[in-house]
Amino acid sequence: MAQVLMKDLNKKYDEVHAVKDVNLHVRDKEFIVLVGPSGCGKSTTLRMVAGLEEITAGEITIGDRVVNDLPPKDRDIAMVFQNYALYPHMTVYDNMAFGLKMRKFPKAEIAKRVGDAAEILGIQELLRRKPRQLSGGQRQRVAVGRAIVRHPQVFLFDEPLSNLDAKLRVQMRVELKRLHDRLETTAIYVTHDQVEAMTLGDRVVVMKDGWIQQVGEPLELYSKPANRFVAGFIGSPAMNFMDVAVTDAGGALWVESNGLRVKVPPVHAGRLGAYRGQHVTLGIRPEDLRVATGADSGDYAFDTVVDVVEPLGSEILLDLKAGDHALVARVEPTVRVKEHEQLRLALQPERLHFFDLKTELSI
Amino acid sequence: MIGSPRARRTATLLVCYGIVGAFMVFFLFPPYWMALTSLKTNQEIESLEGIPLIIQQGATLKHYRDLFTKTDFLVYLKNSVLVTVPTVLVSMVISVMAAYALSRLGFLGAGVIGTGVFLVYLVPDSLLFIPLFKVIGGLGLLNSKWSLLVVYPTAIVPFCTWLLIGYFASIPRELDEAALVDGANHFQMLVRIFLPVAVPGLIAATIFAFTVSWSGFLYPLAFIYSSSEQVLTAGTVTSLIKGDVYHWGGLMAGALLASLPPVLLYAFLMDYYISGLTAGSTKA
Amino acid sequence: MGRVSPDTAAVHAAAPARVTPARARLLVRLRSRSAVGIVMTLPLILLIVGLVAYPFFYAIYLSLLNKRETAFVGLDNFRFLLTRDTFWLVVQTSFLFTSLAVLWKAILGLTLALVIHTLPPRGQRVWRGLSLIPWVMPLALSSLGWWWIYEPTHSALNWVLVLLGFSPKSWLAEPFWARFSVTLVNIWYGTPFFMITYLAGLKSIPQELYESSAIDGANAAQRLRYVTLPMLKNIIAITLLFSTIVTLATFDIVRVLTRGGPREWTHLFGTYAFELGIASGDVPLGAAVSLFMFPILAVSAFFILRGIRRSTS
Repeated sequence: MAQVLMKDLNKKYDEVHAVKDVNLHVRDKEFIVLVGPSGCGKSTTLRMVAGLEEITAGEITIGDRVVNDLPPKDRDIAMVFQNYALYPHMTVYDNMAFGLKMRKFPKAEIAKRVGDAAEILGIQELLRRKPRQLSGGQRQRVAVGRAIVRHPQVFLFDEPLSNLDAKLRVQMRVELKRLHDRLETTAIYVTHDQVEAMTLGDRVVVMKDGWIQQVGEPLELYSKPANRFVAGFIGSPAMNFMDVAVTDAGGALWVESNGLRVKVPPVHAGRLGAYRGQHVTLGIRPEDLRVATGADSGDYAFDTVVDVVEPLGSEILLDLKAGDHALVARVEPTVRVKEHEQLRLALQPERLHFFDLKTELSI
Repeated sequence: MIGSPRARRTATLLVCYGIVGAFMVFFLFPPYWMALTSLKTNQEIESLEGIPLIIQQGATLKHYRDLFTKTDFLVYLKNSVLVTVPTVLVSMVISVMAAYALSRLGFLGAGVIGTGVFLVYLVPDSLLFIPLFKVIGGLGLLNSKWSLLVVYPTAIVPFCTWLLIGYFASIPRELDEAALVDGANHFQMLVRIFLPVAVPGLIAATIFAFTVSWSGFLYPLAFIYSSSEQVLTAGTVTSLIKGDVYHWGGLMAGALLASLPPVLLYAFLMDYYISGLTAGSTKA
Repeated sequence: MGRVSPDTAAVHAAAPARVTPARARLLVRLRSRSAVGIVMTLPLILLIVGLVAYPFFYAIYLSLLNKRETAFVGLDNFRFLLTRDTFWLVVQTSFLFTSLAVLWKAILGLTLALVIHTLPPRGQRVWRGLSLIPWVMPLALSSLGWWWIYEPTHSALNWVLVLLGFSPKSWLAEPFWARFSVTLVNIWYGTPFFMITYLAGLKSIPQELYESSAIDGANAAQRLRYVTLPMLKNIIAITLLFSTIVTLATFDIVRVLTRGGPREWTHLFGTYAFELGIASGDVPLGAAVSLFMFPILAVSAFFILRGIRRSTS
């Protein structure tokens, strides 16, 4: 068990600056998830921790050792790869035992550890098989098993579920979470899937273009995104963004644009005051919109035209037009609307988000 | 005129089988004729009567018996084996090492060497046998079967290296990285991961090495003139022909037997053989 | 606001330029990797330098000497060859032999590949397997078989001709028929290689292309013209060039069947160089003959390399 410290971590290839000034403290026993679109530097960061990429600048500490110059085998880490990277010519047992054999573990100890890991993962019956005889989910389990037999200080996962079909992915996600609760080993997990990040991570690190955008617990990222990118990346369907002007009328602040006029709720009024007369980005999550009733205040409601109706069973997604703006609302399955109909929507005033137009930081 | 799709398909198949049949006659008649001749008595071969395309006067193994008892065939066979086995081993070791280094260790100049290797593979033996004749002379290996151990690798190693680079390159890099995290060094990675995974490539390369070494004709013809040092191909062609009367039966028996090892190897490992053969132009 | 965790530095700070120690380490590690790589490639490099590159330049040097290799004669050997009718006959034979053999191998190979590709998949393996036997047999030995087939009085070919009502030929004794015979054996030997390569190419064409072109209303000939051939273009080009090299360098067939006769009508560069350099002992002249092959080889090699680069990128 160990903590992992990344200090001013940088990675430059010939022309690409892939990782920029990453500072991160992964606490002991923590499950931390790096998430971001492809090319954001999350995998490169993980591979620098593993020792598979040179560190251009900065420092990585695992436990209390600086590991910058240590080869992967001396870092006491284990890694699960996206394509599983199982040795095709070895049986499941030999795949799991290989790392221990390389470290000259006694045979009995190897057998015990592989047996234990196989039991935890429920793959005892597969030990004599070759990887090609296994299903995707089984291969995934073997790859995890190969990592856990080593009893490493840190687990590294590089998009381990992205080659599985959707159903299996959900199932393995649960299993990985259970496994971490049981083993309590520090884990760094890379994914591009924000749902995976939110469900698995004790904390989640959102990255873009090599920079860390925000670090926080899943719900913190959802409710208090640090900037427009995080706000749009976390949550599905994505947050609606609108360019609005901040105006002053009747002693209250309003934001408005073509087809939309909303009163700024008191919680935001203080910070938005400085933007009076300027434009900001307004963010509304689809789930914070609902069909307006007569009881709703006109300050927090606006008219739209329904463009597309997507009934999903448990909910309905509505693609709407409000003036020039296209937006998505997530409403109760009981709502009955047709395309091209007028619909008045109400919003949750305390859940509005505002972002600076230039810096894109949350206001 | 326009039949049902099914009838059209049947007609197409009939035409196709006709064409394939004609090709098979063309391709297989020579070995058939050789086998036939080797089993005929001398009288029947000499005879101008009857149909030559079948055996009419009874088959005989006399020509094969004579081959082993009255000619140097066994000497040639022994020499061919003595040359081929070490040639294949040496060539494979050189090729495997070079292919691993060129495909995975990405050092300065690796790309240039890779291209160079391919170009050298295109150099035919009939371009350089004359200077090589002098080089072999300089090494004191003229009229020695060991001269072939020196020159054959030049025809084998470039192609095998190139073939193996392709096979090694198809091994996902994550496999190296997994082995690296598992604690393997370069040597362990090559022996315990790369070679086992690349077995099909190794087999294809070995078949190629064997075939080149076993079938080579120009080099032994140019470098070796004593019967005691000669190998099967050149030995069969040059010394089994005696005087003006050709002993067709014995000659065909010798040619057929000497052809057997590569043909058998091919029969048992056809898929590997073909994968090596087609790598030249389809993969790259 | 507590949104950015204390572990994280401010977003969008300028990157520091502290790369020197890391770069030094990188160089050390690269150097050791390079060292291992070079050591492992060394046998290959030595082999190529010692037994290919050196002999090549040695051949050029040899070709500039007199017959007894005692004096430097400049380009005299080349000039001498250019004045000899025999040499021009070799050039003519080589050109005819190479172009006709390559052309026919390509046509027959493509035909057979297309036909086999049409047959039910189960049988394909057998036909493919049998087709490759000419390529697998050692060429010198199968040429011996052909030599016997061409034998005029006792052998099969003339017997069949007479049966079909033609007059028998002395296959290897008349210039035209000798050239024909030699070319036929090369076609017999090389067609399987073309077939197997084209078949592999055909297998790599996605079935959807045929299905969509069938829906677009293309008939079999149009599918061949607009789908198959364009998709095989690169493979066809590479095999043609590759075969040009191998065919031009043919030795075994001519050496076994005719030894260049009758009256030098079937000599190719390789066999003529052997005749002069090894059999008659004029090493410099033989070296000069084989060097004439080089420009053709070099041009073909250049285009092959370009073709392969193009098909990989």
